Amino acid sequence: MDKIVIEHLTLTYPSGTESLKDINLKIPANAITVLFGPAGGGKSSLLRCLNRLNDLVQIQTLTGSIFLDGENILDPKMDVIALRRRVGIVFARPVVLPTSIRGNLTYGLELANEKRKSRLDEAVERGLKLSALWDEVKNRLDDPAIALSGGQQQRLCLARVLANQPEVILLDEPTSGLDPISTGKVEAALQELKKDYTIILVPHSVQQAARTSDYAAFFLQGELVEYAQGKDLFTHPKIKRTEDYIEGRFG
Amino acid sequence: MKRSLSWSETLITAVVKTCGYSAVVFVLLIFFFLLREGVPALGEVKLSELLSTRWYPIENHFGILPLITGSIIVTLGAMLIAAPFGIGTAVFLSEISPRWLREILKPLVELLGGLPSVVLGFLGILILAPFLRTFLNLPTGLTALAGALLLGGIAVPTIVSIAEDALDAVPQSYREGALALGATKWQTIWRVTLPAARSGVLTALMLGIGRTIGETMAVMMVTGNAPVMAIKLSSILAPVRTMTATIAAEMGEVANGSTYYHVLFFIGLVLFVISLAVNIIASSVVFRSKTRAERVLS
Amino acid sequence: MNRRIIFDRFLIQRFGISLLTLVAFLTVIPIIAVFAYIISKGAPALSWQFLSAMPSDGMRAGGILPAIVGTFYLTLGTAIISVPLGIAAAIYLAEYASENWLTRLIRIAIINLAGIPSVVYGLFGLGLFVLFLKFGTSILAASLTLSIMTLPVIISASEEALRTVPQAFRTVSISLGGTRWQTIRKIILPQALPGIITGVILGLERAAGETAPILFTGAAFFLPHLPNSPLDATMALPYHLFVISTQVPGMPIQIQYGTALVLIIFVLGMNVTATIIRSRARARRQW
Repeated sequence: MDKIVIEHLTLTYPSGTESLKDINLKIPANAITVLFGPAGGGKSSLLRCLNRLNDLVQIQTLTGSIFLDGENILDPKMDVIALRRRVGIVFARPVVLPTSIRGNLTYGLELANEKRKSRLDEAVERGLKLSALWDEVKNRLDDPAIALSGGQQQRLCLARVLANQPEVILLDEPTSGLDPISTGKVEAALQELKKDYTIILVPHSVQQAARTSDYAAFFLQGELVEYAQGKDLFTHPKIKRTEDYIEGRFG
Repeated sequence: MKRSLSWSETLITAVVKTCGYSAVVFVLLIFFFLLREGVPALGEVKLSELLSTRWYPIENHFGILPLITGSIIVTLGAMLIAAPFGIGTAVFLSEISPRWLREILKPLVELLGGLPSVVLGFLGILILAPFLRTFLNLPTGLTALAGALLLGGIAVPTIVSIAEDALDAVPQSYREGALALGATKWQTIWRVTLPAARSGVLTALMLGIGRTIGETMAVMMVTGNAPVMAIKLSSILAPVRTMTATIAAEMGEVANGSTYYHVLFFIGLVLFVISLAVNIIASSVVFRSKTRAERVLS
Repeated sequence: MNRRIIFDRFLIQRFGISLLTLVAFLTVIPIIAVFAYIISKGAPALSWQFLSAMPSDGMRAGGILPAIVGTFYLTLGTAIISVPLGIAAAIYLAEYASENWLTRLIRIAIINLAGIPSVVYGLFGLGLFVLFLKFGTSILAASLTLSIMTLPVIISASEEALRTVPQAFRTVSISLGGTRWQTIRKIILPQALPGIITGVILGLERAAGETAPILFTGAAFFLPHLPNSPLDATMALPYHLFVISTQVPGMPIQIQYGTALVLIIFVLGMNVTATIIRSRARARRQW
């Protein structure tokens, strides 16, 4: 089943630096879809359109549609606050909020005026367990989150998104600053999570793209070049440019 | 629930926005009230009278030139003192002094900036004026010079603080580049760092001038309050009267709505326009330098 | 290379640097001397009675209680008006305003408010608050006048404090479903608070020490009682110091120095508090 359907999405910035050109893409539920390609290809821009974070930056034009369960999220009447609860995002650099570990987890629910302690505690535990952080921090939930290591912080960011009980999780190069062991933990967590969530990942390398993807979309200079199941695309790319990129002829 | 959230969000945005505009409203209000109370002076006093050299309101002589020259001579004197000392101190703090010394001296200088001017005026009366009288053998120590010295002291913290920030903002690589080419530390300061911080230093001087022209209490207490033309070099050793001091000293005694009252507001209007000009020049210097820096970087 | 030139270069450098050092110390030493002098001359006058008694004998004896209380009231009144207004304006500039001509206009207005001579504020307060709005010479009119004068300091400092909070916090909060105001209230304001408080105190410090803006808007030469309503005029420390050092013949010198010292303690106490808050917050900051 397709969770997200993108039709004729075109985006330009005032400076014209990075843009999306007529993107058409169907993203299935309960799978990891990776968006990969060289920097400046429009992957992050597309990711940010999916929960309307692009509202925060100045854009020149945005046309086309993005349907989430059949509802066009680019509609001006869309409730973006509710949308962002359904579609969570994890950024490249882990940004923990300046509060405790628990405070980071409950932040999203508190924004929605959830005050019941049982619900908050439940969300903390669920988020931390799903991101495989629970065992490491369960005894120090009230410590400042900044004291965690980089890898732990990034999993905390993932846990924070999960505490909101989203449907879709966007990850923008979530392991770019992490060591291989932490990266492995994050990737393992994602493989578990895809059973219940739709995951869209911008990987930080082709290897990671090949390793993690169920579906893969290759972006080059704002265009979607090729889109297929991961195991096909990385072994038998149909288009020359994809092949060149995967084999490292440019990057 | 969701509805009330967006409703309060709209309300808060409106409140915050209104407060954001308040500064503009206040500047306009100040300008409006100065115009409203000051412009009638032009109808009640002939312009030639207003621009004459005699300020003697009791006999309806409203020449404001002595007050303007008084302000100018005191400000000039103050800047002759404050500019070298202010910039010199800023260069010392930023380029020469060790870090620990700077961490002590800069707050100390800024502490002087926080000292109420009435306290400086008070010390001026008790210490500076008697000293000047005996040292220079004058009939009175309450002179333009005393005002200039005090105002210099008041302008120094402003100049040091802003000029030091500007020098500090010069990239370290400029200095390293100059030193690598064999320049001495002194040549680096004089030919590289100072010119690079030029616009910030100019802003510091402009804002120093702004503070000096607008300063009221200290200058009223020590300049002797004699509204005479101060156009000779020797005027610096004689009592004078500035525009600010005139307003402060005389506004309490005039009848509301009288010609005298309107003329005092008119002087306030002149001061307002001067401060507006000084600040716009100072900020446009900053603005220009920023755009130039952006051009260089891009 | 010519030896002479090198020699001259270093001679000039030595001379120049010594000169600058001299200039710096000539600037700093008088500052220390001023403070040391006032403290040493004023300290003997300080006593509980000086701080807590009403003036007597035409202000030539007794205490300065009404001036202290008056300055406290004026500072408080200024804070009540300028702090919420200034912080809200800073929030607008840092969090809501986009870079357009209107925002530039606001910034120019703030710069100019900061540069308007204090006595001109006094004229404005007289024209608007005392006469036009008929508040009379009162704590209310003086506080309003001081508030507008203080506003640019509070706005600039608060805006800077808000801007130092990392942009990433805003993005994260919004991405978790926060509204703009929720983000400001829960994340940005608490993080910027020490910087805002520092700016507020520095602004109020200026208000507490000013004389010219209250001359015609709220200051009383002498009052036999403490003010009991915001519509009463009041004595104030800086104006009192002006009065007793220029307007009252035969004023005991000790009372003058004592008053100056109390004023300095009041004002610099605020300054030191602000500095301590700032350095503590920097040490504790998590980003």
